[in-house]
Amino acid sequence: MSNKNEYLRDEIIRISGVNPKKCMRCGKCSGTCPAYDEMEYHPHQFVYMVETGDIEPLLNSQSLYKCLSCFACVDRCPRGVEPAKVVEAVRLMAIRKQGANHMTANDVPEKLDDDMPQQAIVSAFRKYTK
Amino acid sequence: MQRIGVFVCWCGSNIAGTVDVHAVAEALKLEPGVVFSIDYQYMCSQAGQNIIKEAIAEHKLTGIVVCSCSPRMHEATFRKTAQAAGINPYMVEIANIREQCSWVHKEMPIGTEKAIILGKAAIAKVNLNAPLTPGESPVTKRALVIGGGIAGIQTALDIADAGFEVDIVEKKPTIGGKMAQIDKTFPTLDCAACILTPKMVDVAQNEKIRIFSYSEVTQVKGFVGNFDVTIKKNARYVKEDLCTGCGACVEKCPQKKVPNEFNLGMDNRRAIYIPFAQAVPKVATIDPNACNMLKNGKCGVCSKVCAAGAIDYTQKDEFIEEKYGAIVVATGFNPISMDKFDEFAYSQSKDVITSLEFERLTNAAGPTAGKLLRPSDGKHPHTIVFVQCVGSRCSSCAEKGKEYCSKICCMYTAKHAMLTRDKYPDTEVYVFYIDVRTPGKSFDEFQRRAVEEYGVHYIKGMVGKVAPEGDKLMVHASDMLANKQLHIEADLVVLAAAIEPDKSARPLATMLTASMDTNDFFTEAHPKLRPVESPTAGVFLSGACQGPKDIPETVSQASAAAAKVIGLLAKDKLTGNPCIAHSDEMMCNGCSSCERVCPYGAITYQDKEFRMPNRTTAIRRVASVNPAVCQGCGACTVACPSGAMDLRGFATKQIIAEVDAICK
Amino acid sequence: MQVNEHKPLIVAFCCNWCSYAGADLAGNNRLAYPADVKIIRVPCSCRVNPMFVLRAFQRGADGVIICGCHPGDCHYTSGNYFTRRRMALLFSMLDYLGIEKERTRVEWVSAAEGAKFAATMNDFAEKVASLGENKRLEDLRCKK
Repeated sequence: MSNKNEYLRDEIIRISGVNPKKCMRCGKCSGTCPAYDEMEYHPHQFVYMVETGDIEPLLNSQSLYKCLSCFACVDRCPRGVEPAKVVEAVRLMAIRKQGANHMTANDVPEKLDDDMPQQAIVSAFRKYTK
Repeated sequence: MQRIGVFVCWCGSNIAGTVDVHAVAEALKLEPGVVFSIDYQYMCSQAGQNIIKEAIAEHKLTGIVVCSCSPRMHEATFRKTAQAAGINPYMVEIANIREQCSWVHKEMPIGTEKAIILGKAAIAKVNLNAPLTPGESPVTKRALVIGGGIAGIQTALDIADAGFEVDIVEKKPTIGGKMAQIDKTFPTLDCAACILTPKMVDVAQNEKIRIFSYSEVTQVKGFVGNFDVTIKKNARYVKEDLCTGCGACVEKCPQKKVPNEFNLGMDNRRAIYIPFAQAVPKVATIDPNACNMLKNGKCGVCSKVCAAGAIDYTQKDEFIEEKYGAIVVATGFNPISMDKFDEFAYSQSKDVITSLEFERLTNAAGPTAGKLLRPSDGKHPHTIVFVQCVGSRCSSCAEKGKEYCSKICCMYTAKHAMLTRDKYPDTEVYVFYIDVRTPGKSFDEFQRRAVEEYGVHYIKGMVGKVAPEGDKLMVHASDMLANKQLHIEADLVVLAAAIEPDKSARPLATMLTASMDTNDFFTEAHPKLRPVESPTAGVFLSGACQGPKDIPETVSQASAAAAKVIGLLAKDKLTGNPCIAHSDEMMCNGCSSCERVCPYGAITYQDKEFRMPNRTTAIRRVASVNPAVCQGCGACTVACPSGAMDLRGFATKQIIAEVDAICK
Repeated sequence: MQVNEHKPLIVAFCCNWCSYAGADLAGNNRLAYPADVKIIRVPCSCRVNPMFVLRAFQRGADGVIICGCHPGDCHYTSGNYFTRRRMALLFSMLDYLGIEKERTRVEWVSAAEGAKFAATMNDFAEKVASLGENKRLEDLRCKK
C-alpha cells in the first residue's frame, strides 16, 4: 500500500467519522441501495475499498455522483458503519482535488426544473458547492 | 503472645538458588513471637511435614509461618499438617518466597533481603491470627427448577433420578417450552415432539417431581442449602386434581376468537384451553381476559359440560411457601420482537414471518395441519426467502437488535430450507447469509446437504428491504459474490430473529442475587471452569438463560447443572469458608452501608437490646452477617464507617501489621 | 547523591483470585521485576481499606499499587468497581496532599497476565523511583 493511499484513507476516515473496520460485510447497504444499478462501485465496496486503501478507483468513478444521499444504508446498517458518509467523504476528496468548482448562485435557476424534488436540490447543493 | 514456628523451604534450588535460606531462618528467629526457626530442603515433603508436626509438639507452637511457594500451591497442605498436629489450620500463614521472590529476582542479597521482609510480614500477621472454625449449615434435600422447557425437564429428571425431590415451576399452563413448538430438530431431523413428549410424561409420572404449572416464583429468601421460596400459583379456574383433560369444555366454549399463543397467534383457541394435545399437566385453563363468565358472569357452559366438576370460577391465586437446598434457573429464551425492523415489512405483511412461526406452519399440529401455506391467503408459496441474522450481530441498534450471534439460526434455517425443498420440490428457496456458522457435530455436513442435495440457493449477502407488492413480496438484496443487487419476487419471507433471554429472567436474577450480563443472560461463576453455576452459591444455570444454545447443548448443560445440584444435596451439612465478615455489635450503628455493597445479600439487620449505663437498656439496629452466604470479599469492611465490620483471616489489624512489617 | 541511592519501597495489594495468581504466573515464567515491590494478599481488591494505603505512606512506602480482576471479572461480582471508585477519590486527595499521582495506581491484572503483572511493576517501580523518596506523609516518629 503506497503512502499516498494511506493518506487518502486516513483523510476519508477523518472527514467521514466512519470506522470501516466495524463492517462485517453483510451487504445490507448494497441490498437496500436504490441507486445500486447506476453505480459501478456499490456502498459495501466503498466501505471495503476505503478500509483497504484502494481509493483511486473510487475517486475516478462516476459512482460517487450516483449516490442519492438517501441514507437508507446508514439507517439499516446493523453495525453502524454509515456507508453514505464514506461516499460523501470520497466525493469531498475528489472535489478538493479538482480545486475551484463552486457553483455560483446564478448557475442555479437554469439547472432547476419543476419536476425536481426539493430534497434533490438540497442534495445537489451539498454535492456541488463544497 | 503466639508461639510461632518458622519453616523456610529451599524448594531444592528453586528458592535456595537466589535466597540464602539459612540466613532467612536465622533473621526471622529474632522476630517477636518466634520460638523456633528452621530451614529444610522440601517443606512440602512427608519429611518436611514431619518436621513441622514435631516442632509443634516439642515447642508447643500456636502459629506457623512457612516461607515457601505460593499459598495457592501448598497452603492447603500445610493447613492439613497443622491440623494433624493439633493446632487450628487457620493459624498457618505462607510467605511466598518462590513465585514472588526467588523466581523473579536474580541476586542473592536482594532475594534474601526481600524474603526476610516477606517472612516478617507473615509473622506479623500470624501474631494476630485467631483460630477459625468453618460454619456448618444443614441442607434441605429438595431442588427447585425454574422453567419447564427441555432444560428444566432434563435437570429435574436427572436430580429425581438420584433420589432427590424436585419441583418445577413453569409460568405457562404446560411444561415443554420452546421445544414443544418446534417441528423437527437439526441435524438428525427427528421430530421434536417424538423425543420431548416422552420426557414430559416421565416428569409427570415421576414420584419425586412436582410440577407447578401456570405458576411463578415471587420471592426467594435464604441461602445455599436453605432457600425459602414463595411460589404463586395463578388461578386457572380449573381444579387440577379433578380435571381429566377430556377437552369437553374446550369443545363447547363459545368464545372462539382468542389468539392462540402456542401457534404464535396464527390461529385461534377458546377461552378455556389446553395448549396442545400432549400438554403436561393435561389440565384445562381458563383465560380470565377472554372468558365471558369471568368478565361479566354470563356463560358458564364449561362448568355445565364438565363431568368431573372441575371448573371453579371462584378460584384465587394461591401462594405456596417451600424450602429448597438448591435452585436451578432454566428460564430459556424468546425470539426478539420484529416490530422495529420496518425494512422487512413484518408488521405490514402476514407473509413475512419469523422462523418460530415457520416451525408452527410446518408442524402437523400447527394452524395449517403441517401444510406449508401462506398465512395471508392460504396458498402454497413457490418462492421462499430466508433472511438470517435479523437482529443478531447488530451493534448499532441496541434498541432494535442484539450484538451477539444467536448461534442457532444458521442451523435451523438450513433445516427449514432443506425440509421445504424435500416436501415441495417445486419451491425455490433462497437463504441470505452473512456467514454460515455451523460448528457442531454433523452440523456443517447438514448445511452442505441443504445446498448440494436439496438445491437451496445460499446467497452471500443481506436483504435490505422487503416491499409488499400486490400479493407478492419484493425482496431487495445484495449478492456480494456476484456483486449484484437482486430483486426477488417472493411469496413468503422468513426472518431468523435473534433470540433473547426471557423477560422474567431479570426480576428473577434480582430475587436470587444472581448476576447477569448486559444482555440479561445469567453470568456463570467461571466462564470456563464453572459454566453451570451462578456466582451465587446454590444457584445453578441450565439452558439458554445463560446464553444462546441449541437442544443438545441445552440438554448437556441441564444434566451438568443436575450433577452439581446432586453434589450439593448429597451433603448433609455444608461447610463454609471461615474467612468471612463479622460485625462488632457494640460498634455498629446500623447505617446499612455494608448491606448496600454486599453482592450476596448476606447482611441483614436486627433490633437487639443492649445494656446501657445506669442499668438501662436500649434497642439498637445492628448488622449481622449470615455466615453461610458471606463469601468473604471484604467490601463491607471498607464501606463500614464505624469500623464495626471486619473480615476473619484478613482482619484490618492483620493487614496493617503486614503493611507495617513491610515498611519497617 | 543520596537520592540515587534511595531504594524505593512499593507496597502492592493483590486480590487473591486474579492479580495474586498473575504475580505467581510472572514468577513461574521468571519475569523479573524490582525487589522493591512487596505483595500483600487480600481476598479482593475491595478489601483494601484506604486506611491501608495511608498507613503504608505514613510508614515510609514510596508507592502503593492495588491490583484486582478486570472490571466485570471480579470473583465477587462487583468488588473491583468499589475499588475503582474508592481509590479514585483517595488518590485525588493524596495528590492534593502532595503524594504525586504517579505514586499510586490501580491496575487490573488477570490470573493469565503474568507478563502484564511484571511489566506493570517494572513501569510503576521506575516511575516511583524517579520521584525519589516520599517524605510528605511519612511519620518521622516511625523512624528511630
